[in-house]
Amino acid sequence: MRIKVFVKPRAGILDPQGRATEGALKSLGFGGVKSVHIGRYIELELDASSVAAAEAAARKMCEQLLANPLIEDYRFEIEGA
Amino acid sequence: MKWGVVTFPGSLDDGDALYALRDVLGEEAVRLWHKEERLQGVECVLLPGGFSYGDYLRCGAIARFSPIMQSIARFAADGGLVIGTCNGFQILCEAHLLPGALTRNETLSFVCERVVVRVENADTPFTRAAEPGELLHLPIKHGEGRYVAPEDEIRQMEERGQVLLRYVDASGAETRAANPNGSLRGIAGVANQTFNVFGLMPHPEHAVEKSLVGGDDGLKLFRSVIESAR
Repeated sequence: MRIKVFVKPRAGILDPQGRATEGALKSLGFGGVKSVHIGRYIELELDASSVAAAEAAARKMCEQLLANPLIEDYRFEIEGA
Repeated sequence: MKWGVVTFPGSLDDGDALYALRDVLGEEAVRLWHKEERLQGVECVLLPGGFSYGDYLRCGAIARFSPIMQSIARFAADGGLVIGTCNGFQILCEAHLLPGALTRNETLSFVCERVVVRVENADTPFTRAAEPGELLHLPIKHGEGRYVAPEDEIRQMEERGQVLLRYVDASGAETRAANPNGSLRGIAGVANQTFNVFGLMPHPEHAVEKSLVGGDDGLKLFRSVIESAR
């Protein structure tokens, strides 16, 4: 199964990369841009017996390594189930 | 006393730390390779600066899983003294041996300069050779040193005296300009609740000889630990 993990800075945590990019977009004339947040996209292939097992594994991976729950939020999608 | 300096792939300051401890302070110090599990009977472990494991994923995130880190976690749980400077601080946070996290500098720039930090709590094994409120001049060099933690946690840390060092200006005042990376409340160094684990972004190991880089204030922190071990 393919797992797609999306990690982004938690709401309320300063995201200077997002802020700098927001400023750049505005200076390009995209005045409607309200906010930009920059995170990380991780794609992995996993051998798992069921979607539930893949979900449980993905959650553990995120909590233990792929995201730092103190400063980041994550979500994931499972494909090929 | 006997010190251990950990070398991860990508560590940079392990050599300077060993030099500071052995050649300047005359201490016994051994190099601890990240794949080892034995701490060789050291009384204080130092995690140096650098870019362990390339800082892939997040600073310190991968280093945390080294075999030596499992031993260091047990050593710290038993009350052993652990210091992390810069990348070492990031590793200790990722390993949950210290509260909080270190994020990208507010300015997005890598900062490499001398800063002034104020000793906020001089009643710890890491700061006892300094006076309360003493100003130390130390170098910093990092891209991800902005200390963050949940607001209520920071409040509790302040109450318990876990904030050991804070960025201030030359007069000792907390100002926005004196905060090089946007750390919450200008926090430069913190200890755990039991005051045996200490992390700081500045580099005491680079400030051990007056004639070389303009200061030896880093010695105060090392001497504190040496005094504590007596």
